[in-house]
Amino acid sequence: MADSDLSGLAERHGLQAMGVRPPFWRYLADAWRRRDFALTLAAYRLQAGTSKTRLGMGWIVLRPLLNAVIYGVIFGFVMPKSSRPDNFIAYLIVGVFIFEFFSRSFSEGARSVIQNVNLLKNLSFPRILLPISAVLQQLLELAVMVVVMVVILIVLGEPITFGWLMIIPVLLMMTLFNIGVALLAARLTVHFMDIMQIIPQITRILFYSSGIFFSLPLVFADMPELLFVAQLNPVHDFIALVRGFMVSGMPVEPLYWWVTSGFTALFLSLGVVLFWRAENLYGRDQ
Amino acid sequence: MAETSKRGTAEAPPTVVVNDLKVTYRTYASGRQVSKRMKVGRAGLRGIREVNALKGVSFVVREGDSVGIIGHNGSGKSTLLRTIAGLYPATAGTVYASSRPSLLGVNAALLQDLSGERNVILGLLALGFTKAEAEERCADVLEFAGMTEFKDLPMRTYSAGMSARLRFSIAVAREVQILLIDEALAVGDKAFLARSEQRIRELRKRAGSVFLVSHSMQSILDTCNRVIWLHQGQIRMDGDPKTVVDAYEASQ
Repeated sequence: MADSDLSGLAERHGLQAMGVRPPFWRYLADAWRRRDFALTLAAYRLQAGTSKTRLGMGWIVLRPLLNAVIYGVIFGFVMPKSSRPDNFIAYLIVGVFIFEFFSRSFSEGARSVIQNVNLLKNLSFPRILLPISAVLQQLLELAVMVVVMVVILIVLGEPITFGWLMIIPVLLMMTLFNIGVALLAARLTVHFMDIMQIIPQITRILFYSSGIFFSLPLVFADMPELLFVAQLNPVHDFIALVRGFMVSGMPVEPLYWWVTSGFTALFLSLGVVLFWRAENLYGRDQ
Repeated sequence: MAETSKRGTAEAPPTVVVNDLKVTYRTYASGRQVSKRMKVGRAGLRGIREVNALKGVSFVVREGDSVGIIGHNGSGKSTLLRTIAGLYPATAGTVYASSRPSLLGVNAALLQDLSGERNVILGLLALGFTKAEAEERCADVLEFAGMTEFKDLPMRTYSAGMSARLRFSIAVAREVQILLIDEALAVGDKAFLARSEQRIRELRKRAGSVFLVSHSMQSILDTCNRVIWLHQGQIRMDGDPKTVVDAYEASQ
């Protein structure tokens, strides 16, 4: 039979073409319907990861806590007193914990597609669920970290205010931001594995410039233009928002809200669209 | 030229239509993969090889058909199945199907670190069941595979047979219309084989279609009503099982 006869036959009987990228909104609807898959995968992965070590779940908290101690001690000596606020420990802990949420979403998100070849080859599902699942896994870890963070802040004497509840919308928005970042990173990694080499460097730059172990306003006190530019960093602003609501003496600048929501909208929409556009390519050449 | 079988006048509705399907892999001669976007001819990209896995395959499969696919290793059988399942995009041509096929591939298990039970839940969720539905069906799936005893052990401890049985059970948990089986059936005991053949029969009665890739001519002759012989990416013969299998064996 000739080509057109076959297509005609298929169309007459309502057969659908396979291996064709679904239209955008249908793709998102399919993904939403399968949301249990992403969440369950995240939960299972988290448990599997923690079951291997003796301390298990404990490492979720221990890891950033140890980081905070190391940075605190080293930079506490190295950096001048004038670069950091008085309640430095509370300041540092929040910074390290929240930054970890971003950096792990970034790195795990980037790997989420290339590391799951088994799933890609055997199961049919919207691939966008893989980076989303990676970020959800970090969100579950963050939930544990927030509890510990709250306890530490109380122990350090930070007053409990209703403002503390505001971190919930902030962290939810940060989750969306991280998903956007993860989607972009995942797609780029599928095309250029080289990205995996650069991601630690980018993370490092962001870490040093996000005012985690020093205070941006204090360091850039007499350079307002530089201060403004530095505060355009969304990672810093997410951290600053959480600090603003939880740590006494920390301001909540409107600028932080503008930058975080702007970048979240940008990265999330870019990430979703660009990831969807390459939907057919995932798992292809692996 | 391919020989196509002449089907009877009372033709059942088609479930799968493959229209001049071509699938090409591009790899470096060293085996490294090439991304689609790289253009041949740029400096440093010498030695790109194009592997034409499928070179223009066309056929129609109808409700109730059970199609065996035979051929040498590398003739394109697995590629054909994966493309029909929609897991791999065609380089040219189209695959049409009446519903999303369920593929039972040769490649190893799902998530090695997780237990069999958890892999079942994830597999069912990926098929589109809700969490509640997946949990309900999980026990039945494990039972069908004969794996209830081992459900809590990580999949990396399973034998190839155990994991293949589990994957088959997950794949048939959803009432699927089109089932694609890539050499995954010869891995169970008699009881499992009987159960799986029963499921396949039910599927065909429900007006579904089954594709079976196998090197075992016996299982092909036992279960299929039509056989396609794939040779180097093209259909060499397509028709009555005994005829095609005899021709294939004669050519060895």
